[in-house]
Amino acid sequence: MPKDIDAKESGIGAASKRREDIRFLSGTGNYTDDINLNGQAYVHFLRSDVAHGRITSIETAAAAAMPGVLRVFTGADFEGVGSIPCGWQVTDRFGEVMQEPAHPVLAQGKVRHVGDPIAAVVAETAEAARDAAEAIELDIEELPAVVDMKAALAEGAPKVHDDLTSNLCYDWGFVEENKAAVDAAFDAAAHVTSLELVNNRLVANPMEPRVAVGDFNRATGDSTLYTTSQNPHVIRLLMGAFVLGIPEHKLRVVAPDVGGGFGSKIFHYAEEAFCTFAAKALNRAVKWTSSRSEAFMSDAHGRDHVTKIELALDADNNFTALRTDTLANMGAYLSTFAPSVPTWLHGTLMAGNYKTPLIYVNVKAVFTNTVPVDAYRGAGRPEATFQLERVIDKAALELGVDPIALRRQNFITEFPYATPVAVEYDTGDYVATMDKLEEIADIAGFAARRAESERAGKLRGLGVNCYIEACGIAPSNLVGQLGARAGLYESATVRVNATGGIVVMTGSHSHGQGHETSFPQVIASMIGIDEDMVEIEHGDTNNAPMGMGTYGSRSLAVGGSAMVRATEKIIAKAKKIAAHLMEAADADIELKDGQFSVAGTDKSVAWGDVTLAAYVPHNYPLEEIEPGLEETAFYDPANFTYPSGAYACEVEVDPETGKVSIERFAAADDFGNIVNPMIVDGQVHGGIGQGIGQALLEGCVYDENGQLLSASFMDYAMPRADDVPFYAVDHSCQTPCTHNPLGVKGCGEAGAIGSPPAVVNAVVNALRSAGKDVTHIDMPLSPARVWAAMQG
Amino acid sequence: MYEFEFTRPASVAEAVAALSTEDAQALGGGQTLIPTLKQRLAMPTTLVSLSGVAEMQGIRLEGDGPLVIGGAVTHAQVASGAGAYPALAALAGQIGDPAVRNRGTIGGSLANNDPAACYPAAALGSGATIVTNIRELAADDYFQGMFTTALEEGEIVVAVKFPIPDAANYQKFVQPASRFAMVGVFVARFADGVRVAVTGASEEGVFRWAEAEAALTANFTPDAISTLTVDADGMIGDIHGTKAYRAHLVNVMTRRAVSASA
Amino acid sequence: MTKVTMTVNGKPASGDVEGRTLLVSFLRETLGMTGTHVGCDTSQCGACVVHVDGKAVKSCTMLALEAEGAEVATIEGQAAADGTLNTIQAAFQEHHGLQCGFCTPGMVMSAAALLKDNPKPSEAEIRHYLEGNLCRCTGYHNIVKAIMAASGQDVSAIAAE
Repeated sequence: MPKDIDAKESGIGAASKRREDIRFLSGTGNYTDDINLNGQAYVHFLRSDVAHGRITSIETAAAAAMPGVLRVFTGADFEGVGSIPCGWQVTDRFGEVMQEPAHPVLAQGKVRHVGDPIAAVVAETAEAARDAAEAIELDIEELPAVVDMKAALAEGAPKVHDDLTSNLCYDWGFVEENKAAVDAAFDAAAHVTSLELVNNRLVANPMEPRVAVGDFNRATGDSTLYTTSQNPHVIRLLMGAFVLGIPEHKLRVVAPDVGGGFGSKIFHYAEEAFCTFAAKALNRAVKWTSSRSEAFMSDAHGRDHVTKIELALDADNNFTALRTDTLANMGAYLSTFAPSVPTWLHGTLMAGNYKTPLIYVNVKAVFTNTVPVDAYRGAGRPEATFQLERVIDKAALELGVDPIALRRQNFITEFPYATPVAVEYDTGDYVATMDKLEEIADIAGFAARRAESERAGKLRGLGVNCYIEACGIAPSNLVGQLGARAGLYESATVRVNATGGIVVMTGSHSHGQGHETSFPQVIASMIGIDEDMVEIEHGDTNNAPMGMGTYGSRSLAVGGSAMVRATEKIIAKAKKIAAHLMEAADADIELKDGQFSVAGTDKSVAWGDVTLAAYVPHNYPLEEIEPGLEETAFYDPANFTYPSGAYACEVEVDPETGKVSIERFAAADDFGNIVNPMIVDGQVHGGIGQGIGQALLEGCVYDENGQLLSASFMDYAMPRADDVPFYAVDHSCQTPCTHNPLGVKGCGEAGAIGSPPAVVNAVVNALRSAGKDVTHIDMPLSPARVWAAMQG
Repeated sequence: MYEFEFTRPASVAEAVAALSTEDAQALGGGQTLIPTLKQRLAMPTTLVSLSGVAEMQGIRLEGDGPLVIGGAVTHAQVASGAGAYPALAALAGQIGDPAVRNRGTIGGSLANNDPAACYPAAALGSGATIVTNIRELAADDYFQGMFTTALEEGEIVVAVKFPIPDAANYQKFVQPASRFAMVGVFVARFADGVRVAVTGASEEGVFRWAEAEAALTANFTPDAISTLTVDADGMIGDIHGTKAYRAHLVNVMTRRAVSASA
Repeated sequence: MTKVTMTVNGKPASGDVEGRTLLVSFLRETLGMTGTHVGCDTSQCGACVVHVDGKAVKSCTMLALEAEGAEVATIEGQAAADGTLNTIQAAFQEHHGLQCGFCTPGMVMSAAALLKDNPKPSEAEIRHYLEGNLCRCTGYHNIVKAIMAASGQDVSAIAAE
């Protein structure tokens, strides 16, 4: 990073150490499972062990009579209770809205995936609840399951939902009007490269499993839910308005310290609604703590696309058209944002960093008897990037050209740039990030490193790719047109206390991103006070007025912008107070380093003098402004932000076993302006770790009957410390966002989006160096798969 | 977990007595048993912890061998204390992770006989003797298929006697998720011949690869077995690798073990 | 119920537990020491690592009654009485070795066990030692860096910063 940024000691641009670390490092964090309420009871969910079946009888009397059991709930208790809602309605290529099945809190008549909750036992202890759940007598008539997406769409396939016409959720075309022109461009192409690939199904697996504690106050009639959520306000809205019929003013949702989310804690889950419902029914606090095994079959999964992508090039190797066909797995029900992921978060990114003039994307979303699939770090954008960057590498192979040169030749170089897939990139410099990547990855030194690996009997490969993402999600009026059932603004309340300290209540949630440190850097810079004078409160619907939460790398770009707008209001009002105190005109007041001064004079008053005057308004312009110093702002962005970058991976492959080791990894990102470079580095590191996980290790696998084969860490391979190297990351290429006040773009997902194609490109490159005719291997590139590919 | 009684006897005799109650189960380090109990896959009425049994502690070398390891000795203790048999110490240092190695015991591992565990390969590959509270069993007679041993109900692995070979090595190719052995091969060269034991690969649990033993006894070099294969039928095939892949790995890991021990 | 007595972070601790009560449940629920976390049920994630008689163990895979009479050390006992972080904790903060903080107690306790046996571990030794501690946030980069720094090694040349 540039030295001038690195050298800053505080405020915007400083690598301020995280204040939240103190409690996490000393064991005094407050995670949801650390919350224990008076009189708390515990729930255990009886879950389906078959993928598809009809509940023919369920007998709970024996379970209810077990020691310590308070009550056994079944689907019948939830008749008349709302369905768990979906937050996004996609309209298909024929103008019809998607098929949208009901999603009951507890199964009603049918079970649709392994893990589908059927009954819930509430008891005095967690073990008593589990003991009693085993005494529920359940008969399920097992039905044929649909697991494979193609099979699910076949004529006569068993239907996941009897009341839908088929297992097709929607057939989406984008941009439908371009289809004929795209097809014509393919007919006219000098070369067409085609690739079929799988974007493997993943399980987010934040280290903290989900937890929910419901509470009810009979005196006030208020419900409270403590939950492991990335967006408590959204849970309050979805659960209150659509499932349980509790108005916002009678429902408080608190997401305290949350141990990672990666998308999986965005969504409203049945267990949250259950605990809130049962707390009221029993007048007892009710707690659910997921085990990891339970998480595998109840947390929304990610990815799971099967795609055919085709790239058309002219005789000069310019990209002329792109065409994709994707099947996207929705699982058994529509999770909160599921329909948006393969469509608006995927199709709109298919231009990537390239000036391909014509693009057509088709996505068929499919119901199967599997756990619901929704956003996982990157959400749609990794799928877009992976297929695009893989097909470009394959085209370079087929054409015998350098893959970096082919990319450079087709880069978008002028901004703003309107893509053929309906978005406008405001800024970017793809040449600069590629130049930077070549430098930090030492691409020039690869040949020598390969020779050294070969002397040691290993195959060495280099993979490079670019990425673009759309972050800072995003303008409410636009997403409303696209089917979002929510606005995507953010809010902040900035409360200045009499002695000058500040509390910011933000709708953004921090579950690892370090907002408690980085957000104060922004406000402290604006006012010129010490960062320690600013405190961030988040995660409680009783604080910030509204919040759309943290995902899509939107916290700083959207939530931070709301905070900036509220602080601007604070400063404007403070200047009026200062003007009054110094008997000067408002327009002459300047604020610097926490001092208000009158331009051209030596008169000044300190920040603390002004804040005190606001609350002790003895000498105060009461006829003009109110006492106090607290402002709220809602910020709704004008556009998405477009972080971009170039990544490089070097691997060694053991030719005898197929085992891949990542030897070097480099990332050159353009995130626009940077508030805390240390935190940005950390976000990129984590994303790369997950991207390497997807590429080499992680895969969620069902058998043909819908049984989850990768149902624990024993079979689902999580990246470990010795699976990854140190990463070289750089974000000195900065083309600031033009439409938010901080010029920031977002950095949370880049690593996970940019890294999988680099790894696969590198492995293919390594195998080809040994003369193997390999053009693609589906992720995860396990030793067994790589070895099999080498056998031809 | 289902509820159970917990008892921690101080001697083998007390432990045997405690295990005589119906549905009592011995508890070694618990690194496999406790996760199994959490999944409610077992329902013992009493858990008999062997960690307090004095006679089952300690590592001692009898002359030039065997090396005698108490049944309650942890993997970490073997890794640091079995210097007389470096290949065995190295194997113990590859089991699980550091925290697991501080609890898991050799007796527990051998009694469980997980098909992907490391110790069965060492015991079978070394021709060890499993000493129980009532008898001594040759490793060749002890292992009887995955999760199955010659142990009777209530019988405890009190110690294991390892003859010390002239050269030995263990090569483990890990399953990427569990990091158990997808294929682990223990090769030991004794004056009277070579033993090769394979764990992780077979549906029958740990096994000796007789063809490789014969070839290596004649010529203890990797080349001696370069064309030998194990039959893919009978190998484990799962989401981590096919039967053919495991069969291939048996050859690769055996050659590497020979290279490393030669 | 059976009474169990042990020493936790130097102080005597006891309580009535069932046979099936795990050490981590005793710490979290009986003693209210919620710094030790549970992240899995197959003994792999390491969020629950504590020291028992000086050795790192997974407290979710040990019965409370097995710790009878033992000296147990947890994350809560790592900082000085006045809250000053110890060398490892301070290095984790200095080098941004944590994000969501959930795996952190286990990471710190594992790092402490490593450095006790191996005061200057190499990068490879650290990565290998952490085989039983999963982190989903950091990509491990800054955890490894922090442990190297805590062992007094110069980390200024490590990529990215």
